[in-house]
Amino acid sequence: MEEKDVLTALDGAFPGDILESGTSLGDPVVRIRPSALAAVAAFLKTEPWTFTMLLDATCVDYPDRPERFEMVYHFFSLARNRRIRIKASLPATAPEIGSLSALWKNADWLEREIFDMFGVRFAGHPDLRRLLMYDGFEGHPLRKDYPLRMRQPLFKKREAS
Amino acid sequence: MTSAFSAAARPESLLINMGPSHPAMHGTIRILLELDGERILDADTEIGYLHRGFEKTCENRTWWNLLIYTDRLNYVSPLINNLGYAMAVEKLCGLAVPERAQWIRILMSELSRISDHLTCIAAMAMETGAFTAFLYNMKAREYLWDVIEQTTGARMTTSYIRIGGVRADLHRDYEAAVRKGIEETRKVIKDVRGLLDKNPIFLGRTRDIAVMPRDEAVSFGWTGPALRSTGIAYDVRKAQPYLTYDRVAFEIPTGDRGDNLDRYLVRMAEMEQSLRILEQCLPRLRRETTLSAGPTPPPLDPVEAIKAGRTSPPRSPVRLSPNLEGAESAVLPEIQTSDRLYAPPAKEAAYGTIEGLIGHFQYFMKGHGLRPPAGEAYAAVEGGNGELGFYIVSDGTDRPYRLHLRAPCLHVVSALAGLIKGRLLADIIPTFGSMNMIGGELDR
Repeated sequence: MEEKDVLTALDGAFPGDILESGTSLGDPVVRIRPSALAAVAAFLKTEPWTFTMLLDATCVDYPDRPERFEMVYHFFSLARNRRIRIKASLPATAPEIGSLSALWKNADWLEREIFDMFGVRFAGHPDLRRLLMYDGFEGHPLRKDYPLRMRQPLFKKREAS
Repeated sequence: MTSAFSAAARPESLLINMGPSHPAMHGTIRILLELDGERILDADTEIGYLHRGFEKTCENRTWWNLLIYTDRLNYVSPLINNLGYAMAVEKLCGLAVPERAQWIRILMSELSRISDHLTCIAAMAMETGAFTAFLYNMKAREYLWDVIEQTTGARMTTSYIRIGGVRADLHRDYEAAVRKGIEETRKVIKDVRGLLDKNPIFLGRTRDIAVMPRDEAVSFGWTGPALRSTGIAYDVRKAQPYLTYDRVAFEIPTGDRGDNLDRYLVRMAEMEQSLRILEQCLPRLRRETTLSAGPTPPPLDPVEAIKAGRTSPPRSPVRLSPNLEGAESAVLPEIQTSDRLYAPPAKEAAYGTIEGLIGHFQYFMKGHGLRPPAGEAYAAVEGGNGELGFYIVSDGTDRPYRLHLRAPCLHVVSALAGLIKGRLLADIIPTFGSMNMIGGELDR
């Protein structure tokens, strides 16, 4: 019942930006326009929805779709003990979405990880650089077109003399 | 990254690297520090030294095969990682697990949680100079890992909790081992409390150091003992009870200041609650009668069984290898789902009949076997460090399309640089120690 409430409230507050909403295995799922992400997140964070925690953020790569990258955000409300999943699809060329680092502090690292692994850029991120891979690493390993066995050694093998 | 950090530093301050080869950094993390004498002016945490592409690897393994990689996430409590993954897949499939398996899973989760907390406190105490507490905690952990080893056959790489249930029933002597573990852990908790709780050296390095305000902890996405130390009683086991956690009595200990000492105290109190849960599990797991009661025909060797089975189904049971103890077909219905789509056939059938062997191959071969319906699921369990969540996207094939781990540790460690700024160099050690950074989980 409560899940329905948050979905209808989002529909009412962002009429043109909610592309799809429903529930998946108990969790409400909303697909939004990427441009509306910060506004939707700020709306969810405040009363009465109080999704005060950014549980997780990640990305899924669909190379065959025109909107190749699907951002997936999980928010959690401590007060109401509810989760919600927000999705936004980004184009294959120059994927970019607004940063949530002004609203949540852990967005900093989560977005750096997504940038590192998928190459999605975050507008307004204070310091967007790789998180897990090293400087000078080429490519984005979690993209489906990055080969599984690709190696990028930091040091060249010593030649046998 | 180093250059940007050093470019922003003042010319007169000292820049040093703490780690990755520093004993207190556990070998997998590097903190860049800008120092004025002993005071930290600026800090930057660099992670990824243990990154091994967990998610990429899992997306290229079958649903069944990738379980072993989950052992290596939080390697101090591997059983909880197994559980988190298994529960995410079960959610995707809508799979129900037999009750005995659920109790076994709780027993294993709590054993792992205690060993996780013991290890964290041991490392934290050792790094602040209390080596005795380290040895005591390691001793208690050995007793708990004895239980785990007895049943799962491994101390760390357990792969015991599986999709649809658990691999095998508990070892026949598990109860005595668990009781021994509880008793020894209680003694150690008492001793360690005696050594540390009022110890001026320990208090001086932990009390009111690295204080995390409540709202900031939420903003950083902290969960688990770290969040609870700030006074927020959020525990996945209570908030969204999974397995049979709604049928055991336990409390959620919380702190109020959110400093290093509170993170230690919450972990200590949580271990006592976990011991309580263990005690409540034991009567639930006790069997009224032993299964192998009554005269049975002598077991047949697998080769004999196949020969006998050519003409008619073999009457006598098949003799299994000792390492399959606990996974006999008689106990399987109690510990694994009976849905043949999601669980492999009994080993007696696989070794004794051709139909069973075909069923076995069909389950384990690439391109066959487990295929959860297309869809997505996020399932969370309470890990040693907090909410351990698996986000899985399935496209209906034999391997996950996308598997993402919400590592509780990442969110906690991302707050480290902010917590140590303005403090002394020596404060890094207990602050980092109280966070329970586990490289396998942090870097994936």
